[in-house]
Amino acid sequence: MKAIIGISAYYHDSAAILLIDGCIVAAAQEERFTRKKHDSSFPKHAIAYVLQEAGLDGKDISYVAFYEKPFIKFERLLETYHAFAPKGLQSFVKAIPVWIKDKLYMKRILKKELETFGICSKILFPEHHLSHAASAFYPSPYEEAVVLTVDGVGEWATTTICRGNKETITLLRELQFPHSLGLLYSAFTYYCGFRVNSGEYKLMGLAPYGMLSERTLQYISLIKDFLVDIREDGSFLLNMDYFDYATGLKMTNNRKWTKLFGLPPRKPEGELTQEYMDMAYAIQQVTEEILLKLVATAKQLSGCENLVMAGGVALNCVANGKIQRSGLFENYYIQPAAGDAGGAIGAAFAVWHIYLQEKRTCEKPDGMSGAYLGPSFSDKDIRNMIRKAGAVAKRLDDVALYDKTAVLLDKGFIVGWFQGCMEFGPRALGNRSILADPRNTDMQKKLNLKIKYRESFRPFAPTVLEEDVARYFELDVPSPYMLLVAEIKPEYRLAVPDDYNDFSYFEKLYYHRSVLQAITHVDFTGRVQTVTELSNFRYYALLKAFKELTGCSVLVNTSFNVRGEPIVCTPEDAYTCFMSTEIDFLVLGNWFFCKNDQPKENIKEINKELID
Amino acid sequence: MDFLKEFLCFLRTRKKYWLIPLILILLLFSLLIVLTQGSALAPFIYSIF
Repeated sequence: MKAIIGISAYYHDSAAILLIDGCIVAAAQEERFTRKKHDSSFPKHAIAYVLQEAGLDGKDISYVAFYEKPFIKFERLLETYHAFAPKGLQSFVKAIPVWIKDKLYMKRILKKELETFGICSKILFPEHHLSHAASAFYPSPYEEAVVLTVDGVGEWATTTICRGNKETITLLRELQFPHSLGLLYSAFTYYCGFRVNSGEYKLMGLAPYGMLSERTLQYISLIKDFLVDIREDGSFLLNMDYFDYATGLKMTNNRKWTKLFGLPPRKPEGELTQEYMDMAYAIQQVTEEILLKLVATAKQLSGCENLVMAGGVALNCVANGKIQRSGLFENYYIQPAAGDAGGAIGAAFAVWHIYLQEKRTCEKPDGMSGAYLGPSFSDKDIRNMIRKAGAVAKRLDDVALYDKTAVLLDKGFIVGWFQGCMEFGPRALGNRSILADPRNTDMQKKLNLKIKYRESFRPFAPTVLEEDVARYFELDVPSPYMLLVAEIKPEYRLAVPDDYNDFSYFEKLYYHRSVLQAITHVDFTGRVQTVTELSNFRYYALLKAFKELTGCSVLVNTSFNVRGEPIVCTPEDAYTCFMSTEIDFLVLGNWFFCKNDQPKENIKEINKELID
Repeated sequence: MDFLKEFLCFLRTRKKYWLIPLILILLLFSLLIVLTQGSALAPFIYSIF
């Protein structure tokens, strides 16, 4: 038996995974245990979990794989500061001492941390983009594929095109820092008042509120004339006069951007005016253009029929939907943990297949086990939680549970649904989810304001039975990881006035535009998750029960957490979230909780500091 | 020592020899900062600046 631990840490989204003889046995992100969103600290809780899940001790571990090469990152920092000098002195003085004191000694730090688990094995360091590429290719069901990785930056690479064939991954093209699509998108995320490295998907959700107006076309033009020079093959150069991130402490040169766009940077929680929505729309268009060109180049270089993707930009599901519909590739697979947490998976796979040269077996549908790789909790664990919290709950058998939950959802109630193994990656896929009826016209507002406590423009995503996906959406492929955006079928849309696209933000937001109002974004799209009996038996059974009752096989699926908090991990986390929001009912395994039955002293105030 | 060996190997593999003087200066400053914390060297550093 060869057991490999893959680790990502110290930048954002720390995670640990355990690979045994080439199969992923367990994986989890550190934030879920520490309850600190995007926790970057050494993933000791995640490592403890994966060892315990496999029943292994530290001495059973053959290798440890860390997801990037710190020395090359240090080289990039030094060369960048040198290239931009004397600009960047302030940032240099802040950054270099951290490296000299700590980050250069990554191997020793990792060794020391791992020794606390009794792990004394060799530590290997695949490159960052190789870790991303490996995380996409090796778990995919394809023996051969072209691999596209796009993110902020690893060591030097920001974008790579590779060919994957059986065990090997060969680099074909690479774009290097500072020319980065991820950082370009993050720059706009920052300028529109959202947090970098966590607000990018909010910018993506805001984009459909932009109007295809003269101003938006002008923004697109300004971006392409002044900020980014896009070439036919999808490569590009950023005009660094407009960006500060190479050597500064902010993403953008605000003075130049204000002069260019005629718009100051939006303060966080500041008013979202139409200009910022148009800006979000503009950068989404440019991002899609670049990605489609990169995909076309990947096709031309490889001649492959299969495309796999990873890197943070692969979480842009609107772009993913367009790539899928372009028809350039017959098959398309995206690593569900496409960000840095997934780098832990790729690092472990890279050691297994490249360093150890072990043969590959392509699992169908893939090697990610539906991304259900985290901790699960037994009936006994839930009973203990109920006892400890003084909660009130009733145990139901499976059929009664599905039927009762379906009835409550149909009545417009909101249900916290906690089952089985926790998901790995940013999306909740039916094991740590808050569920609601998508037909309810008030549900989007209620969920945003009373449950998630987040911005009202944020859309909600649907889950649908895989056999019914083509009935509701313009989508004819599985989408098990909620990484593809597709349009709602016309028969489920309602007529809108001719000037709908010119409506203001609030007018668009609350206009009754679809039979499935709660999951239909203002541009008639939804970020779809498809479910089969094989992928998630209990969630499938619930959807079937809802379909039998209502004729509708779609549910709203949003992650079980409040804004600013990681997705819940344990029954205790779920109960706390239940008691601090207006979720009506909670299902933990087979245990059913009604809010009105709970002791008043269990009602919790939201920790406002958590709300970002 | 392991770290130094690995770092020199890294510089050799990547052919980034020109970084050596820069890194040496950074290490020298770090060493000075560590050594001058409450030591007899502190007045010496003070007089430089």
